[in-house]
Amino acid sequence: MSSNVATRDNILEMKGITKEFTGVRALDKVTLEVKRGEVHAICGENGAGKSTLMKVLSGVYPYGTYTGDVVFSGQVAKFATIKESERSGIVIIHQELALIPELSIAENIFLGNELMSAGLIDWQNTQMRTRDLLARVGLEADPSTPIKNLGVGQQQLVEIAKALSKNVSLLILDEPTSALNEEDSANLLDLMRSLRSKGITCIMISHKLNEIAEISDSITVIRDGKTVDRISVDDGHVDEDTIIRAMVGRSLDNRYPEHQPSIGDVIFKVEDWTVEDPNVPGRLLCDHIDFNIRAGEIVGFAGLMGAGRTEMARSLFGRNYGIYRGGSITIRGRKTVFRSVSEAIRNGLAYVPEDRKLLGLNLLDSIEETTVSANMREILTHRLIDFSKQRSVAEKFRDSLRIKAQAVDVGVSTLSGGNQQKVVLSKWMFPNPDVLILDEPTRGIDVGAKYEIYKLVHQLADEGKAVIFISSELPEILGMTDRIYTICEGRISGEMNTQDADQESLMRLMTTTLVA
Amino acid sequence: MKYLKQVLGNDLRQIPMVLALLVLLIGFHIISGGRMLTSSNMQNLISGNAYVLILAIGMLMVIVIGQIDLSVGSVAGFVAMVVAMSARDLHLPWYLAVLLGFALGLAIGAWQGFWLSKMGIPGFISTLAGMMIFRGAVIWLSGSISVPAPKELQFFGAGYLPEWGPAWTNMNNSTLLLGLVAIGLLVWSQLSAYQKAKRGAVGANPALWPTLVRTIGGGVVIAYVTWLFGSGRPGTSFPIPGLVLVALIVIYHIVTERTRFGRHLYAVGGNKQAAALSGVNVSRTYFAAMANMSFLAALAGVMFLGRATAAGPGDGTNWELDAISAVFIGGAAVSGGVGTIMATMVGGVLIAVLNSGLMLMGVGADKTQVIKGLVLLLAVAIDALNKQQGRPSIIGKIMESFQKKDK
Repeated sequence: MSSNVATRDNILEMKGITKEFTGVRALDKVTLEVKRGEVHAICGENGAGKSTLMKVLSGVYPYGTYTGDVVFSGQVAKFATIKESERSGIVIIHQELALIPELSIAENIFLGNELMSAGLIDWQNTQMRTRDLLARVGLEADPSTPIKNLGVGQQQLVEIAKALSKNVSLLILDEPTSALNEEDSANLLDLMRSLRSKGITCIMISHKLNEIAEISDSITVIRDGKTVDRISVDDGHVDEDTIIRAMVGRSLDNRYPEHQPSIGDVIFKVEDWTVEDPNVPGRLLCDHIDFNIRAGEIVGFAGLMGAGRTEMARSLFGRNYGIYRGGSITIRGRKTVFRSVSEAIRNGLAYVPEDRKLLGLNLLDSIEETTVSANMREILTHRLIDFSKQRSVAEKFRDSLRIKAQAVDVGVSTLSGGNQQKVVLSKWMFPNPDVLILDEPTRGIDVGAKYEIYKLVHQLADEGKAVIFISSELPEILGMTDRIYTICEGRISGEMNTQDADQESLMRLMTTTLVA
Repeated sequence: MKYLKQVLGNDLRQIPMVLALLVLLIGFHIISGGRMLTSSNMQNLISGNAYVLILAIGMLMVIVIGQIDLSVGSVAGFVAMVVAMSARDLHLPWYLAVLLGFALGLAIGAWQGFWLSKMGIPGFISTLAGMMIFRGAVIWLSGSISVPAPKELQFFGAGYLPEWGPAWTNMNNSTLLLGLVAIGLLVWSQLSAYQKAKRGAVGANPALWPTLVRTIGGGVVIAYVTWLFGSGRPGTSFPIPGLVLVALIVIYHIVTERTRFGRHLYAVGGNKQAAALSGVNVSRTYFAAMANMSFLAALAGVMFLGRATAAGPGDGTNWELDAISAVFIGGAAVSGGVGTIMATMVGGVLIAVLNSGLMLMGVGADKTQVIKGLVLLLAVAIDALNKQQGRPSIIGKIMESFQKKDK
């Protein structure tokens, strides 16, 4: 297959694409060439600019808001809307699926594109066409099944069927397997192969190097908004180190700041922690979890998506999530069970959530309002909010965390991801907690800001705080922590000292289902 | 522009509304041949709208948490009827009847709060039900017949401050005293703020003139208002309902701006989940905002009862809509998290002035209704334009030319 790659023409050429947001250059003269009928992988770290590039391609950022040329099927494309790019055959399937749970498969597939007959929706034709499309993607389901009754893997197939209904010639899949289990992933890769054999070109954004090696014909690596490498894959073989080096752009050992831990006594102990899923009766999110953390220690929690890390953290944080079924928390020698978030905060616990915009911030608030929002008692004078105290607290954190903002009364919505995260961190440093739970603290922020956050985490540990560090990125866990617990299906499946751990051993533990 | 900011602070969003209000007041005064800005007209305007403005205070808080209360008119009417009937039929003294009314308001509030905070039913639905329930209850209870109110209540609904002291002031001396106290408070607060700024800012020397401009400007306004209300025919003054309103504005302004509870209202309305993760008790905040609204509705009902001297089965119809209009003209967001008491009051007074002015001009209720609808739409449209990113608003465009001169 790869032998005649050079003779095939390019279906897509993106030349010198530059895209700027206020003050930030997200893409800097990016080049992307995709040959007709291939599976092309795009790799890069979070925030490297992959999604931005795909948004340029699919018309989310209309023609004119970027510089450079998009040449699709031999013509310069000037898409003003997503609809225009879809009309010419480019369909993007986002990581977060865009299906409406209450509507049926057929309704979802033809949403916005309804099959009409005499001005009314032709349901018979819709059903027939849907059955046809579902057969093509290999999904055995009735077209009238509501989406909410399908699993994630099946929903992914519906998305692809929807793309096929639009006569797609270039299909873009953004992290298509990130939420799928192994079997569904394998199915999806098979489907991509069969699409390729039918002449549909695929672009796949992915982190999973084994999948990329398995399926793709060529790879473009993007780093810090620039194209750094284009690698062709021969006979399913690719050197992973080459990709990693291109993605990271520096040797792996200086991505994390140096840190000499000074570890004290156990100050946070969780015993027999058991929590039931509020949505699925009988399913345990946390199944008799035991762990402990010492003062000054950074402890990583590794696990696959859905293993229950976030659910555990939120249930520990004053039962913010799930139904409590048993277990106890011992903090600085006091055995307790928090009944509310405010009780947890008062007892020295802090939780920095993984989804900054959904859970961490009120985007209507200013920096100073956010900074004090978890500890307003401290800024009261005669039970009234003291604005000068509020300001001085916020300014103190702005200086020490080097938050880039003109003033502390500007809205947090105007800040970049990294600075927003620093504001969220200052919100949780202000109550001066003993135990900090950091849930994906560097998600969606750029490399430079990540480094600063890492240093901050070290500083917090050096102040004698116990830090729980939850991350999906194993290199980050390995680079930042002193000790690691792995979680699988709501249970602690292993514990390792970081110096003895590597990605493979962790992955083995993360996929170990213990029989209790 | 820069000078304006120094005088008025950084938040200039209310300026257009205040300007519109001034234009309306002066415009109506001229068109009506000087009948707008007279003592009796303004006294009537305040007495006749105080109850709606009180409702708007509660409504602002409900809208800030991202909810709405459609039942306030019915609740006000129901409470007024219960107060009037308990005084007439149960021979309760007027103060006990009023206390009963307030207790009833709180109980109804607890009912509304329960459906939202414990059962998770949106306020729109539970209060729509409440609107029907309490309207039906008023008619049922009264048999569709008006019930006279205890005479003492007139003091709260339409009363005036006492006359005393020398006559040479040519004014109501109670009003004069209030005006002088208000000016004193203004001077004191401005000077102490200036002193604080001087001590706070190391090295920086804050200019004295903005403080002076604020103090003198504010003083002139208060003096004018004092004269306007105090120089009416003998026996009239700044109306009692207005005093109740001013007291409530002060209290609720402090509650919303400077207490933890107030901050929680905005946090819950802005991002419920983030608020919960910051230790805010969301369901308690919901409950309190709804309960407070019904309490204020009870208060508004009692004040209206005093003014109307009888409780009628149709009292309070559509009041909720006036209150909601005031809140949205004041720039609050339907999605919650945005809005202030002060801006809501400006919105409410704008509607009141519009009502009064159009009446003076002899415009009928039908046309007044149309105009009020258009004003609501216009005010919210200006706000929406203001908020659209990347596109300068009308006001922004006007201000642009000033800004350039500053640099």
